[in-house]
Amino acid sequence: MAELTYRDAVARGIAQEMARDPDVIFFGEDIAKAGGVFKTTVGLLEQFGPKRVRDTPISEQAILGAAMGAAMTGLKPIAEIMFSDFFAVCFDYIANEFPKSRYMSDGQLKCPLVVRTANGAGSRFGAQHSQSVENWAMMIPGLKVVAPSSPRDVVGLLAAAVRDPDPVIFFEHKSLYATKGEVPDGEIVDTLGTARIIRGGKDATILALALMVPRALDAAERLQAQHGIDCEVVDVRSLVPLDTQTILGSVARTHRVFTVEENPRLCGWGAELVSIIADEAFYDLDGPPVRITTPHIPLPAADVMEDIVLPTVDRITETVRRSLSA
Amino acid sequence: MARKPSRAPASSARGDGVNDDIGEELRLRLYQTQVTIREAEQRAYDLFLQNLVKGTSHLSLGQEAVAAGFAVAMKPGDLSFCTYRGHAHTLARGVSVEKVLGELMQRSNGLMRGKGGSMHLTSAEHGVMGSYAIIGAHLPIACGAALRAQYKGQNDVSVCFFGDGTTNIGAFHEALNFAAVWKLPVIFVCENNLYMEYTPIGDVTAVEHPAADRAAAYGLERIVVDGNDADVVYRTAAAAYDRARAGKGPSLIECMTYRHSGHSRADPAKYRPEGELERWKQHDPIKIYRERLKQFGVQEPAIAAIESEVKRVVDEATEKCKAAPPPPLDILWTDVYADGGWAWRN
Repeated sequence: MAELTYRDAVARGIAQEMARDPDVIFFGEDIAKAGGVFKTTVGLLEQFGPKRVRDTPISEQAILGAAMGAAMTGLKPIAEIMFSDFFAVCFDYIANEFPKSRYMSDGQLKCPLVVRTANGAGSRFGAQHSQSVENWAMMIPGLKVVAPSSPRDVVGLLAAAVRDPDPVIFFEHKSLYATKGEVPDGEIVDTLGTARIIRGGKDATILALALMVPRALDAAERLQAQHGIDCEVVDVRSLVPLDTQTILGSVARTHRVFTVEENPRLCGWGAELVSIIADEAFYDLDGPPVRITTPHIPLPAADVMEDIVLPTVDRITETVRRSLSA
Repeated sequence: MARKPSRAPASSARGDGVNDDIGEELRLRLYQTQVTIREAEQRAYDLFLQNLVKGTSHLSLGQEAVAAGFAVAMKPGDLSFCTYRGHAHTLARGVSVEKVLGELMQRSNGLMRGKGGSMHLTSAEHGVMGSYAIIGAHLPIACGAALRAQYKGQNDVSVCFFGDGTTNIGAFHEALNFAAVWKLPVIFVCENNLYMEYTPIGDVTAVEHPAADRAAAYGLERIVVDGNDADVVYRTAAAAYDRARAGKGPSLIECMTYRHSGHSRADPAKYRPEGELERWKQHDPIKIYRERLKQFGVQEPAIAAIESEVKRVVDEATEKCKAAPPPPLDILWTDVYADGGWAWRN
């Protein structure tokens, strides 16, 4: 067992899979010699050499297109898109190409690849380098969508993504890169499509993803200590496949549900989860499901503004407390 | 602004009645391939008029020599990446007329049983790795297939076909730079048929030759050839494949050609200046090649036998497709994911 940063866990996960399978190659902008703009890929070029770890030009369409061509003909590429906001300049591959080739070809073509990207706010980068866009990927049939919240999950879910036969969009959170956690020694392989209950509780379920997971946990501790409210916190981890059994099971025990989303309000992933809960667990609920989201505005750059638009521990705590005492 | 000259280029290969580097066997294949495309595309058009081809379709009538020349020069294992105007390239790799027409007619005997349609013809077993309907998308994808060949030390070449309009989209430029920097075994084939959909390419492009005049920007040779002469195309393709297999990197080839029909089935092509179509029909690839065979001593009965056999195959395919049932509805739910199904939740 070693304590690793989320940042170092990325390199460890990639290295674990590259050491295992020579068909895994990795490319993206500044990922080789520079070790990544977030230093998530330091040492991989030295360990695996320039044929397998490659710097690309600033050509997001070429990066994703080449990953697809390599994947459909036998490799297992990992492609990096530096900021998830840049999906907007290569969205053809994410929306039209990766997820549809198997279906359109009646099963003749395959697309086993991983796109890693730095997602989310908290770095004061402004509206084009801070977005949480996991809902952009979630809405497209044919993709799998993962967003880990801890160093251990980074390694395990990245390994599962690389080994998965479908295209997986892997959202790393920029504001988690410096966080630390225990990571077991040896090979770690997790399972896509599994949520994790990271705190048991009987009064309400809080569903969270990525950076919102530690905030939901902090809020749960505060709700317990200050208000005697015992919350269950579920790290959703995987939006597609979605572990509805774990989520519905939790709601059936607590009878209240809150989502904590970094997405802007409209069509955030929580809306889909709430819709499923309303359809399938309506009579388990003692009150309306509540979504705690970033408001429907572009993200501001200044720290004082960015800090208050993302769901905070204060806002989560207060929203849950007020809803349960109503 | 450069306006494309609308005259047909002169044929550059002249037979002298003897066998040469191409030889009779390949010439007969080149002719048979072109005639198959011509007959199948014409049949697709006729079936559309009978409301038996549904959706849209983009025909390659008049552009057969590009598909035939590049496909016949390929080795088994080489990979084709096509556009929505991809029937010709799919047929040229040996996919059956029945499977292609079946897909256009949305029947259960179609290449993808109706799940893809005319614009997405795919036959992996023939090396047809998809037809892509978003302009430019497949150029980077072909780069990736070529990267795999280079990485694994495999000797196949990836070829992507696209129209003149593609040269003005970003993915074209990203792919060319990517392929040139990594010296990938990929061939970019521009079929310049003078029109991007409905607009003359010269009206919207900064250079006269939309592909070739960009080659220098990526350190590549400027290549423009008569795309209606299958011998010229074959020789150009063979040289590019050799170069790619020798590790010398990509080629960008602009083939001058002309589509006899509109952009898609909805387009009567009324934007063409008077006489242009007729001039290009004088430079029809089938007509050129029929004469070529005769110059090389192939007798009329042998030529006619190829033509009647192709017609028989297309007729038979048409009847099979008309008799075939629509796709089974259970395949709606298959192959969204690699487990064969569509489940996004537990």
